[in-house]
Amino acid sequence: MIKQNEIRLSGSGGQGLILAGIILAEAALLDGKNAVQSQSYGPEARGGASKAEVIISENDINYPKVQKCDILLSLTEKACNKYLETLKTGGVLILDSSVDTPKRDDIKVFKLPIINTATEKLGKVMVSNIVALGALNGITDIVSAESLKKAVLSRVPRGTEDLNEKAFNEGLTLGKS
Amino acid sequence: MSNKLAKKYFRMDKLPHIWCPGCGHGILMRSVIQAIDNLGLNKDKVCVVSGIGCSSRAPGYLDFNTLHTTHGRALAFATGIKMANPDLHVIVVTGDGDSAAIGGNHLIHAARRNIDITTVVFNNNIYGMTGGQYSPTTPTGDKGTTAPYGNIDKNFDLCKLAKGAGSTYTGRATAYHANLITKLVQKGIENKGFSFIEALSVCPTYYGRKNKKGDASDMMKHLKDASINVKAIKNKTNENLEDKIIIGELYNSQEPEYTEQYKKIINRFKKER
Amino acid sequence: MEKNNIKLMQGNEACVEGALAAGMNFFAGYPITPSTEIAEISSQRLPRFGGKFIQMEDEIASMAATIGGALTGAKAMTATSGPGFSLKQENIGYAAMAEIPCVIVNVQRGGPSTGLPTSPAQGDVMQAKWGTHGDHPIIALTPSSVKETFDTTVKAFNLAEKYRVPVVLLMDEVIAHMREKIEIPKKEDVEIMDRIKPDEDDVTYQAYEVKKGDIVPPMASFGEGFRYHVTGLVHDETGFPSNDTEVADKLIHRLVDKIDKNVDDISFYEEYKTNDIDTLIISYGSTARSAKTAVDMANNEGMNVGLFRPITIWPTLEKQIIDLAKKVDKIIVAEMNLGQYALEVERLASKYTQVHHLGKIDGDLITPNEILSKIKEV
Repeated sequence: MIKQNEIRLSGSGGQGLILAGIILAEAALLDGKNAVQSQSYGPEARGGASKAEVIISENDINYPKVQKCDILLSLTEKACNKYLETLKTGGVLILDSSVDTPKRDDIKVFKLPIINTATEKLGKVMVSNIVALGALNGITDIVSAESLKKAVLSRVPRGTEDLNEKAFNEGLTLGKS
Repeated sequence: MSNKLAKKYFRMDKLPHIWCPGCGHGILMRSVIQAIDNLGLNKDKVCVVSGIGCSSRAPGYLDFNTLHTTHGRALAFATGIKMANPDLHVIVVTGDGDSAAIGGNHLIHAARRNIDITTVVFNNNIYGMTGGQYSPTTPTGDKGTTAPYGNIDKNFDLCKLAKGAGSTYTGRATAYHANLITKLVQKGIENKGFSFIEALSVCPTYYGRKNKKGDASDMMKHLKDASINVKAIKNKTNENLEDKIIIGELYNSQEPEYTEQYKKIINRFKKER
Repeated sequence: MEKNNIKLMQGNEACVEGALAAGMNFFAGYPITPSTEIAEISSQRLPRFGGKFIQMEDEIASMAATIGGALTGAKAMTATSGPGFSLKQENIGYAAMAEIPCVIVNVQRGGPSTGLPTSPAQGDVMQAKWGTHGDHPIIALTPSSVKETFDTTVKAFNLAEKYRVPVVLLMDEVIAHMREKIEIPKKEDVEIMDRIKPDEDDVTYQAYEVKKGDIVPPMASFGEGFRYHVTGLVHDETGFPSNDTEVADKLIHRLVDKIDKNVDDISFYEEYKTNDIDTLIISYGSTARSAKTAVDMANNEGMNVGLFRPITIWPTLEKQIIDLAKKVDKIIVAEMNLGQYALEVERLASKYTQVHHLGKIDGDLITPNEILSKIKEV
């Protein structure tokens, strides 16, 4: 089978994970790869468990949904509990430090102060998604850091570029440490 | 009708029309034509749009851009035409069932937008094309083939409905008052916005027969006797007016017109292009 | 993301981009999940080009206004989903009868009734063909990727203009909402067809007369001076109503024939690994993406499986289906309904081969594994 990377970003609605998924997919395109991004829509626009899915591949991507993922990001306990079983053996789990470490010994777990970095260091909880993206890429190198930074800056609201660049760099450092 | 007017605006080869003897619609159609002639509109720029029913057959006889649409939807089709090409004069000819029952939603929203369409309702108080069922304007207590024991519905005051929904020009007249119809339609076309004219017709075949209203001339006489001009009612009490048909110009105001408002949005981007 | 015009784009967005590339300058719609982005993006884009957008009071009105816009010469589109598609049907029939070019996008969701508003389905296949009453022509196209949504929307407009028919773009929620790579073609690389119009000085113009060598009557726009009549009643070549049985017979046959006799021109499809196979999957829209993965999985396991993917859903690709049916032992039709396109395949193929069906109506896209299991089962 063709090797493709399947990523699931999970948390609660309003954390900006769908935007994070879009940015990650755009970064993959900048790298010259293929990417598909999809999400689950519920009737509620905010709150509740939310997820964005990204598939990145060197080849064509047919089936567009993520089933078993290679990388799972969970910013909330609820999301982690819901999606943990979808992480493949040998997969990477990235957790916010507020989430309890689950009992699975067939995966690699990275527990990082993502939300805390956004609120304390950067003073804006809403950049948690960008910190998370930086962290995810620091750990996995799934796309080039250069493309990801470019994709972040082209998608965030005008006037917030500096803040988001800082958030991205902080996340990257978290992920690499 | 003057032969000259007929030759100028009718598709002579499509006549005679399908309306029953004694029907008031022919008079109303002529009154509309007279208004268009008085204004000297370019025939190529006039669109007459109708739905389904007796009144809605009118456009087929008229030498304009004519569109005979689906039941109740004339105003929605007309909105598309006016929006896509605001240079056209769009006139909707519709009936009481077409405009106020199945098409009621389109009526109130076209009025609300104040889009520059002139709507003339040929109101004969009955569904004529299908054989005499009661309509939203059949007076309470009157009979129809589907109201054999008398209609228990309350009938609409169409002009109040249109005004309440946002129409910036409303007026009412009857087939007896052909010249008034012409005047109202003329002013309606001139009004830059949504105009609504209720034109009371007579249907001796169904409504008249079912309700023992006599023949066509009796019904016309009733329109004459029951009507009172809005200018003449200033000192009357409501009680005196209970069975009266109030005719004349009922409302006239100036408000922003829909396609002109949209044009402003387009113009905002003109410099960028 | 501007590099080489490569973008990450949603299906609904690609639909609007395709429509604009094809010349859309009028859109009338009503909000409904999961098609709403098409209206939103149209409202944002159209006035910038001098085009018109209007949100109507209901689904019926938006279909009516779309037709009204087209009559003035505009290239007009509306977008909806199942419940709205049901409401639009009478006026879709009007467009078929009066030969008004227009595009109706139906982003399919779970049904019947309100059903599953945010989940994909393919349950409107039969409705796209038979939703309005009476025999009538219709073209329905169903894209399977974001890029193909762009291309197919362009085709939908072109076919609408060429054949003077309502064309249904039958999308589904998966394609509508997923984002993937698309390279937007340059303007000069997009082939655009416009409706044929009468000569300005044609004094003999009859609105519904087909000139020798043409497929459809030339169409004047309202306001251009031809002052003709348009009706949903049976009409003769002049456009005026007629009760004559011969006129009715001739008209309806002409309307149906203009599509039936030009099927080859309207046939779009993909064949994937269909040489030397014993099992053929027929699937379309988002489900075909699962089917393609399933074909690869099956062939890796040593089976001989291929995929036929209709892009043109209506008219049915009879020739292609029969040709393939003659070559295989069995066909599996995979679709997100309980057997709609399968009925067409059975009609054509059951004489030559076994026809099986894999349907799903729970709001989830059929997975490659489910198709693989079905291949093994049959």
